[in-house]
Amino acid sequence: MRTFVPLLLMLAAPVWAQGSGPTPALANRQLADPAQEAQAMRLMHGLRCIQCQGQSIADSDADMAGTMRAEVRQQIAAGQKPHAIRSWMIDRYGEWVSFEPDMKGAGLLLWIAPFLIFFAAIWLARGLFRRRT
Amino acid sequence: MNRPWLLWIPLAVVAFIGGLAIYGLAVPKDDQVHSAMIGKKLPEFALPAATAGVPALSNTDMADGKPRLLNIFASWCLPCKAEAPHLEALKSAGVEIDAIAIRDKPEDVAAFLAEFGNPFRRIGSDSELAVQLKLGSSGVPETYVIGGDGTILFQHIGDIRAEHVPMLIEKVNAAK
Repeated sequence: MRTFVPLLLMLAAPVWAQGSGPTPALANRQLADPAQEAQAMRLMHGLRCIQCQGQSIADSDADMAGTMRAEVRQQIAAGQKPHAIRSWMIDRYGEWVSFEPDMKGAGLLLWIAPFLIFFAAIWLARGLFRRRT
Repeated sequence: MNRPWLLWIPLAVVAFIGGLAIYGLAVPKDDQVHSAMIGKKLPEFALPAATAGVPALSNTDMADGKPRLLNIFASWCLPCKAEAPHLEALKSAGVEIDAIAIRDKPEDVAAFLAEFGNPFRRIGSDSELAVQLKLGSSGVPETYVIGGDGTILFQHIGDIRAEHVPMLIEKVNAAK
């Protein structure tokens, strides 16, 4: 029995939990124009997958990521600008879908915080050096 | 040092960061991705029928002046089976429900309806998730309240449980 059960487990087929349907053609096929494909790829690395939430749609194997990649490639092929496609995604899923926060609201704080900290550090260091001389 | 209050700045910074950490631990994590389409019109789509005997679904079908629910489901999704009796209860309460089946086969949808009943007026088949993406929907099951003019009014993420039924009836009635 001890050897039999693991053998049975090896034979067990994984449950097909994601359903079945066609994968959009452009989900896993590159665009013919290398410049357009590079543009699409850059954008896809900056968009977050809705299903497996830590990954970009370029890295994810989830069905929804495939659909989003196809959407990005279709819109790029149709001459749409990457920032417009990014806004298109944000219009549907909110800021959450983008890995690159906008320079407004809390996002603005993220962008300027490094500079604020840098200047604060210089200001503090200046005081220290003055005392030593 | 002529400005002793400066000494407190590092402590204040550390206390602020510590406070953020405690706040992050105390507030329950929200893993749900909410649609940003609430308050907007349904996107344009025309889906084929998901199974024989139930009509297909397009966005114009849901802009006939009558508010309704739009249920996103799949025959392979376990919580969708759990919410089936509550969709029946909503239908019995006079709520009209349309549905979109995600990555499904006609025979699987037919088997699902045969086993759990059919509370749906129309079912469209979204095999490539194209309409799900346009809706800002992140998974199955999800249920939207759609106004009579085709405006998306509310999104319920996850399965409908008994306690959600009165709330959904109220939202549909409020849209009338």
